[in-house]
Amino acid sequence: MDITVQQEKSVLTVFLKGELDHHTASKIKDTIDLLMLESSVKMLILDMSEVTFMDSSGIGMIAGRYRRVKSLGGSMSIRNANKVISKVLKMSGINQLMKIS
Amino acid sequence: MQSINRMKIEFDSKSTNEAFARVVVAAFAAQLDPTLEELADLKTAVSEAVTNAIIHGYENKPGTIYMECVLYTGEIMVVIEDKGVGIEDIEKARIPSYTTKPELERSGLGFSIMESFTDSFEIESSMGSGTKITMKKKFTT
Ligand SMILES: Nc1ncnc2c1ncn2[C@@H]1O[C@H](COP(=O)(O)OP(=O)(O)O)[C@@H](O)[C@H]1O
Ligand SMILES: [Mg+2]
Repeated sequence: MDITVQQEKSVLTVFLKGELDHHTASKIKDTIDLLMLESSVKMLILDMSEVTFMDSSGIGMIAGRYRRVKSLGGSMSIRNANKVISKVLKMSGINQLMKIS
Repeated sequence: MQSINRMKIEFDSKSTNEAFARVVVAAFAAQLDPTLEELADLKTAVSEAVTNAIIHGYENKPGTIYMECVLYTGEIMVVIEDKGVGIEDIEKARIPSYTTKPELERSGLGFSIMESFTDSFEIESSMGSGTKITMKKKFTT
């Protein structure tokens, strides 16, 4: 799992590349949480265009980041989720908490 | 039903093996020429069962996971087993969003995914001796 971040003022965009499972979720969690601790993040965007696999551990990681950014008064969105990823996202109902495109 | 092919492996209860197990099952299932979507569903269900064995069955401690795949005409059966702690209440465990480890950011959706991404799915478990998940997935081609 490759993680690339881009921060513009309070907007943090995280580009994920690879497979999102229980094994890789903790690295993503640690990276994002550290950045949210170091600076004020009001908008967290997860770019999933290069995520080729995701299971319910990915949902847990996303829900955890959502709670965190929300507690800081911010919001979150997911973009470029492919068909396979969207299927899991839809099942989770997470599309009711944030914008998914 | 007459089986076409069969394989059985065991591996350490380590999170790196989640991806390993998915790849192994997908490679074996390829003989049945599944569609990309069928294969993706199967890999997701396998990932859920293996992850559960690691996190819940063995509670992130050392252990061995047993995986068996049997191919039939147009169908694969995957059995994933651990000799871990077992499930106290299977009915409760199957409820969507139910998890006993919320502190580990679990979503409680593993069993829901196994159920909806396969054609049949069964849990056998007893406290102190482990858990066995049997899943079947049909391939339309
Ligand atoms: N192999 C297993 N051994 C022991 N308990 C398990 C196992 N698999 C699942 N469970 C129990 O069932 C619950 C629900 O599992 P699941 O739907 O995958 O959600 P999650 O893994 O997110 O907790 C788990 O929280 C756990 O208590
Ligand atoms: Mg699970």
